[in-house]
Amino acid sequence: MAVTGAVMVLFLVGHMLGNLKIFISRDSFNDYATALRTLLEPLAPYRTLLTIVEVVLAVSVVLHIWAAISLSRRAHAARPVKYAAKKSQAGGYATHIMRYGGVTIVLFLVWHLLDLTFGVVNPKGPVSTPADRMIAGFDPSRWWMTLIYLVAVVMVGLHLRHGIWSAFQTLGWANRNRYKALRTGAALVSAVLVIGFLAPPLAITFGVVK
Amino acid sequence: MKYAEGSPIQDTKAPEGPIEDRWEKRKFAAKLVNPANKRKLNVIVVGTGLAGGSAAATLGELGYNVKSFCYQDTPRRAHSIAAQGGINAAKNYRGDGDSVYRLFYDTVKGGDFRSRESNVYRLAQVSVNIIDQAVAQGVPFAREYGGLLDTRSFGGAQVSRTFYARGQTGQQLLLGAYQALERQVAAGTVEMFTRHEMLDLIIDNGRARGVIVRDMVTGEIERHVADAVVLATGGYGNVFFLSTNAKGCNTTAIWRAHERGAYFANPCYTQIHPTCIPVSGEYQSKLTLMSESLRNDGRVWVPLRKGDDRLPGDIPDDERDYYLERIYPAFGNLVPRDIASRAAKNVCDEGRGVGPGGLGVYLDFRDAIGRLGRDAVEKKYGNLFEMYERITGENPYDQPMRIYPAVHYTMGGLWVDYDLQSTIPGLFVIGEANFSDHGANRLGASALMQGLADGYFVLPTTLGDYLAAGPFGEVNEEAVAEAEAKVTSRIERLLAVNGTRTPDSFHRELGRLMWDYCGMERTEESLRKALERIPELRAEFWANVKVSGANEELNQVLEKAGRVADFFDLAELMCLDALVRSESCGGHFRAESQDADGEALRDDEHFAHVSAWEHSPEGEPVLHKEPLEYDYVKMSQRSYK
Amino acid sequence: MNLTLKVWRQSGPSDSGRMVKYRVEEVSPDMSFLEMLDVLNERLILEGDDPIAFDHDCREGICGMCGMVINGVAHGEQVATTTCQLHMRHFEDGATITIEPWRAAPFPVVKDLVVDRSAFDRIIQAGGFVSVPAGSAPDAHSLPVRKEDADSAFDAATCIGCGACVAACPNGSASLFTAAKITHLSLLPQGQPERLSRAKAMVDQMDAEGFGGCTNTGECTAVCPKGIPLDTIAQMNSDYLKANAK
Ligand SMILES: Cc1cc2nc3c(=O)[nH]c(=O)nc-3n(C[C@H](O)[C@H](O)[C@H](O)COP(=O)(O)OP(=O)(O)OC[C@H]3O[C@@H](n4cnc5c(N)ncnc54)[C@H](O)[C@@H]3O)c2cc1C
Ligand code: HEM
Ligand code: SF4
Ligand code: FES
Repeated sequence: MAVTGAVMVLFLVGHMLGNLKIFISRDSFNDYATALRTLLEPLAPYRTLLTIVEVVLAVSVVLHIWAAISLSRRAHAARPVKYAAKKSQAGGYATHIMRYGGVTIVLFLVWHLLDLTFGVVNPKGPVSTPADRMIAGFDPSRWWMTLIYLVAVVMVGLHLRHGIWSAFQTLGWANRNRYKALRTGAALVSAVLVIGFLAPPLAITFGVVK
Repeated sequence: MKYAEGSPIQDTKAPEGPIEDRWEKRKFAAKLVNPANKRKLNVIVVGTGLAGGSAAATLGELGYNVKSFCYQDTPRRAHSIAAQGGINAAKNYRGDGDSVYRLFYDTVKGGDFRSRESNVYRLAQVSVNIIDQAVAQGVPFAREYGGLLDTRSFGGAQVSRTFYARGQTGQQLLLGAYQALERQVAAGTVEMFTRHEMLDLIIDNGRARGVIVRDMVTGEIERHVADAVVLATGGYGNVFFLSTNAKGCNTTAIWRAHERGAYFANPCYTQIHPTCIPVSGEYQSKLTLMSESLRNDGRVWVPLRKGDDRLPGDIPDDERDYYLERIYPAFGNLVPRDIASRAAKNVCDEGRGVGPGGLGVYLDFRDAIGRLGRDAVEKKYGNLFEMYERITGENPYDQPMRIYPAVHYTMGGLWVDYDLQSTIPGLFVIGEANFSDHGANRLGASALMQGLADGYFVLPTTLGDYLAAGPFGEVNEEAVAEAEAKVTSRIERLLAVNGTRTPDSFHRELGRLMWDYCGMERTEESLRKALERIPELRAEFWANVKVSGANEELNQVLEKAGRVADFFDLAELMCLDALVRSESCGGHFRAESQDADGEALRDDEHFAHVSAWEHSPEGEPVLHKEPLEYDYVKMSQRSYK
Repeated sequence: MNLTLKVWRQSGPSDSGRMVKYRVEEVSPDMSFLEMLDVLNERLILEGDDPIAFDHDCREGICGMCGMVINGVAHGEQVATTTCQLHMRHFEDGATITIEPWRAAPFPVVKDLVVDRSAFDRIIQAGGFVSVPAGSAPDAHSLPVRKEDADSAFDAATCIGCGACVAACPNGSASLFTAAKITHLSLLPQGQPERLSRAKAMVDQMDAEGFGGCTNTGECTAVCPKGIPLDTIAQMNSDYLKANAK
């Protein structure tokens, strides 16, 4: 869980940095997308690195989800009779955000891939440049799309606020002297990711980037 | 109540010779059991406290086939877990003049010359091994910055020989023993029976050969046979209903063994602990001890004037009576438990007590906070202060604690010889359940020491000596069936009464009676009254108790009723013993026997003996005296002035 | 004070159980929670009803025998307090209080509020000890221990094995209990030789007992009467991962 999560976090950081290129120019963003595919050429065929990354990511996502499902199945098995009254003493944050948040993220992921990767649900369709798809996707007239992304990205942020800290704990690298730093760090990274991911769509929707 | 006097008894197992060599000699003389034979020898250990837990673990480790029983859901919850203050050992790590001899000397003297020199000396000798053993098991004793073990002085001792683990020494030591025990369970040498209560002892051919237990979940009455039985079932302070003991502590196991022939020694010796949280109301179910270490820095006082109901903070110093410092200038607030307890009772009897019902005295940290600062006090006592506040809702940093004495420990128990064997061959008794080492008064931090000495070091040797003659063959079916039938019929009888009073209400009444008539101060008159009242109350119990439910289920009312029934019989013997012992000694204070200053006055001429009571089915107990001789520590009157 | 109690009643493992309502009157604020139940039970006995079964022994917050979920919180809402140390002054007159047993498959209900926690013993059996036969120990001062280590080990060692952590955990995980023991022994030099094998054996046993997995929700420490810190779980994970890497 922690390892696959960490892979995804690393990916998210890279992904976010790439997205931010849209602020430099459409071409810069497109170049980045191309670079992703042509990196390591001619040492290796076109798309080698990207494919590796995609495979690793896909495996991570699958394993992560599989682990999440098996954890929650164990949890159900471990408590067959529910409490009539149950009150969380630790805020209940982690419990709900991780499971329900996680599911929201999966749904979003599917949508996101269909939208901006395959362009199936994008107004520009599959045959277009990434920048076109992005800018068309978040057109002011499609504010609801931006809203979906907003909700989803905030979800990812919340997931990671617990997840990053939790991963350190799971891997045994946490201790009471580091808790504060870890929690703050996790919140910080999550906040940066949320802001970094939301900046392009919001900028497009509000007409800052055209 | 009448009694008969039987022939005197002598503990013949202690070797002669210089006291330092006796244990060594005994160990050497003890027969060894061939390792291959050990597996064929079955031992039953009832109780999983420090004594029973350490014994079962060690016997398992040695290769015997052990069955271990406790009434809790896991062995780790035995009452030893609650001990707070610490454990004594003559390590002399501080170089402050401690030694095996000094611990021996202090214990004999502290016990008011009513314990056996040989036993006490062995206890002091073995004490050092206990600390080594516990540390090796990972018991996290308090340490100093240099990484070495910290010690403190405890309960009036003038050397720092008490090892401790914050306020949870008993817990940490017990977890050490528990873990050792579970290790043996995993190894298959010990079979554990939790939620099983021992209800009778099986005797065949004069030897203890097993126990009858009730599975407290299903109600099934089970028989377990073995080559020897060890009782480590703790103390019987709960005869007073209110005590610092856990709710389940009982006398059932040792009482039934007594009824089967084991002598009961010094039943009247009870220890009353001076620093407990006072009773707050009728519903009170138990009393909570505040560690004695509080007396190191707290000052005990009551208002000088009777009926002074000002808030403690409003009473100026010259209208306070720091009575311990006044009466005992040399020891002040650190006088031994029995003295501190009785002094508190006296000032309350004078009408100067504080809190509900006037049954309390102040333990004040104002000066300590002034002298050391609040932080230092918090560091030392923070958890105790919290506990106090949790229970009373009062903050001891702002207002003095209220404390009152409560029953805490019972020095009496089944009589055992130097080998810890009772008068029934094959029945060994260890820990608080026996009477062995503390005489008429136990020193603070010595019970943990004794329990572990018995379990880890003494019993494994002496039991081996007994078992070397085994295995003892099949147990006669008739003996087993008889014991089982007795247990079953008793349960049926309890269930059949269907009266109008709960077992607890009888227990409360009995406890009250014992506290009033056989508590901190006893008189011939009070004891005679008690001896009159107890049989009446017992008769009412058997005619009018209400036990709901059935045997074949988890039935806490039935468990309780069985224990209360035994407490009645024990209470009677306690009062008789207290009546016969017309001297004062240690925790046993007879008002008729005091000196001009109101201090306990021993009568060595007539009472330098152990009173071992034999049960007789006709009801007239037989008193056997075991004379006590002091070759090393000169008998003297205790004085803490 | 007068109170309404909603208590889980279940006559045995095979009964499906239900909540039953009771009125208790004239409760003193100085009573402990268990004393309040004692008073109710005394009444039930005399009325010929089955009294409510609950576990308890020391009533001092140290044996770990007591435990019930009170108004949805293991041991009640008072922090760092066992059920037996909880006092009625923390409740309001007229309140309704819901009382349930620890709920976890590895802790089957025995009767009413009594559950079977023997799974904890089996976790300890798997390796929660230092193997040292009586009489073989070296002198206690032969191995100094840094005070900080001794203190941290002590913090972990104060676990009373009550099971509140399991009861509170949304995953029904026993990680805090198991980690407390692993950490206690891991931090001391005496625990080193068996350190990794112990962690592995205990964690594997915990899983085999059917406890859920830890997702670091922190619900356990929040209700733990001894405040066993969460980093014990990190310590356990670290030892466990190292053991598996070997
Ligand atoms: C609050 C408190 C604080 C204390 N503090 C200290 C201290 O600081 N230092 C010190 O030295 N001493 C202290 N003592 C005394 C000391 O704790 C006890 O004397 C000692 O722990 C007794 O140990 P034990 O093994 O003999 O019995 P226990 O620990 O009482 O164990 C008895 C065992 O017997 C079992 N049992 C009982 N009856 C039956 C039955 N009928 N059937 C089956 N099993 C049964 C129980 O389940 C339990 O396992 C304290 C005592 C109290 C009450
Ligand atoms: C795809 C849908 C997802 C689901 C269903 C999901 C679900 C979960 C669950 C249930 C947990 C367990 C809680 C825990 O152990 O603390 C978890 C942990 C975690 N998740 Fe996710 N998650 C998803 C996506 C993601 C994504 C996209 C990332 C990162 C970019 C991520 C990063 C993490 C991390 C770092 C952890 C902590 C791992 C640990 O402590 O072991 N998750 N996730
Ligand atoms: S970790 Fe805390 S809650 Fe869990 S069993 Fe130990 S003391 Fe109880
Ligand atoms: S009864 Fe012992 S902890 Fe509550």
